[in-house]
This record gives sequence, C-alpha cells and structure tokens, in this order.
Amino acid sequence: MTLIDLANPTKFLSLTARVLPWLAGATAILLLIGFYQAAMAPDDYQQGATVKIMFIHVPNAWLSMFVWGVMSLAALGTLVWRHPLADVAAKAAAPIGAAFTFLALVTGSLWGRPMWGTYWEWDARLTSVLILFLMYLGLMALWRAVDDPSRAARAAAVLTLVGALNLPIIKFSVEWWNTLHQPAAVIRMGGPTLDKAFLIPLLVMAVGFSLLFVTLHVAAMRNEILRRRVRSLQMMQASQQAA
Amino acid sequence: MTSLGPYASFIVTSYTLVAAVVVLLIIWIAFDYRLQKERLRELEASGATRRSGRQATDI
Repeated sequence: MTLIDLANPTKFLSLTARVLPWLAGATAILLLIGFYQAAMAPDDYQQGATVKIMFIHVPNAWLSMFVWGVMSLAALGTLVWRHPLADVAAKAAAPIGAAFTFLALVTGSLWGRPMWGTYWEWDARLTSVLILFLMYLGLMALWRAVDDPSRAARAAAVLTLVGALNLPIIKFSVEWWNTLHQPAAVIRMGGPTLDKAFLIPLLVMAVGFSLLFVTLHVAAMRNEILRRRVRSLQMMQASQQAA
Repeated sequence: MTSLGPYASFIVTSYTLVAAVVVLLIIWIAFDYRLQKERLRELEASGATRRSGRQATDI
C-alpha cells in the first residue's frame, strides 16, 4: 500500500483494522514503563516529590501544541490539496487535543499551587495555553454548528490556520515576557538542562503519550469515516424515497 | 517508591485525573465506533447500499 492509497477512506479503514491493535499494545507497554520510571524517579532537591507531576504535565503540554500542529497540516490538506481524509483527520484530532490541553492546564495548576503558591496566574504562558484550549472548543463547536461537512471543513481549516499563530506565542512566551512559568528545559538551544534521572522517564512518557495520541487519533478517524458513510447513506436513502 | 511528601494530594490528584480523562477518551471512542457500526447495520437492514455496491458495514 502506497501513501497515495491512504487517500482512499476505504483503504484507510482496512489499514486501521490492522495497525490499531499493534499501536494500542505499544502505547500500553510504553506508558506502563513510563509510569514505573516516574514512580521510581528521585525527588528534586528543590521541588521534592512534586517533580513527579512534570512527567504527566509536560507530555500533555507538548501534545496540546503538537495536535494543533497536526490539525494545521490537515487544514492545509483541506484548503490546498482537498485531500479527502484531511478534514477527517483534523476533526478527529480536535477533541483529543482539547483533552490534552485540559490536562496540561489542570496538572500545571496542581503543580503550581505547591511550587508558586497559586493555582493560576494570568501570565503569558498560562493565558496563551488557555486560549489554545478555548480555540479547540470553538473549533469543535464550529464543526457541530455547520450542517454541510465541506463548508464546515473549509471554515474550520481557516480557523485552524489562524489559531496556529498561537503556537509560537505559547512556545516563546517564557522568553518574550516575564512569567512564573519556568523556561524550556528540554527542547532548547544547547540541549536539555534536566538530569538524566528526570529526562529519561520524561522522554519515555512523552513518546508513550504521543503513541497514545496516534492510537486514539487513528481510531477517531475510523469513527469519523464511518459517521460520514452513515450520513451519505441516509441522504441517498432520503433522495430515493423522495423520487 | 519514595514517599510523596507533604504535597502527595496534588501528585495523586494529577495522576488520577490524567488516568480518568484518558480512560474516558478511550470509552468515548469505543462507544462511538459501536454506535456508527450499529447505524450502518440498521441502514443495511433497511436496504441502503453503497455506490460501490459493497455492504454498508464492509471495511
């Protein structure tokens, strides 16, 4: 099967049936290893055991932006190449991205209370991630509000690309403005500043959560293709009955 | 495993919440799949066919 074959929803469905069990298995194994390593990681000399929140907060925060990046590529696929699966991919990714963003916000808040003394601060990083979360919800509402899928796809694609402007703001907010949030410690010029005892579990968790996203995304895309098949069959049936 | 210290409730709440949301996502996607398959079966039973001639529930 070539990449171009995946443009065919039926071929994509047959591929998902084959890869989903493997993806789910790999995700479960990697997350189990990650959670074990996170449990066994030493306490930080300043933060104590609360550093363990990092192992779930950071992967969710990365994925909150990564998923929007995937949706932005899919939006280009909708607007430029009119790829039949592009809107399916974007629509299926949105609720998963919203869930990751919600978890990044809440776990960050639960980490912030003992470390900063507050659950929330209206600084650039926290506010820009909250805006990202609201944009996810807005996009999901847009898809539900417009009845015609092709019109909804184009409107959602434009909104997704506009929303992508928020991604560099989130990434560089800790450098551009004074903020309570710490600067980047892993993806930065000069390499990670984290000790290996924290970096390795963090990277395992990051790969595990990324695989979780891929697994859920493929499964949600399969559902969306089936939903569109239901809709087209219902429309064909209605037009046959009207004729 | 080391002791979680004075902020154990924050750590446990974070991990519990992440696990709960991930499980909810999995349940929602699995439920949605069953729902769509059920709708396709109903359409197939009522005589609806795809343009390709294949059955509605064929993958």
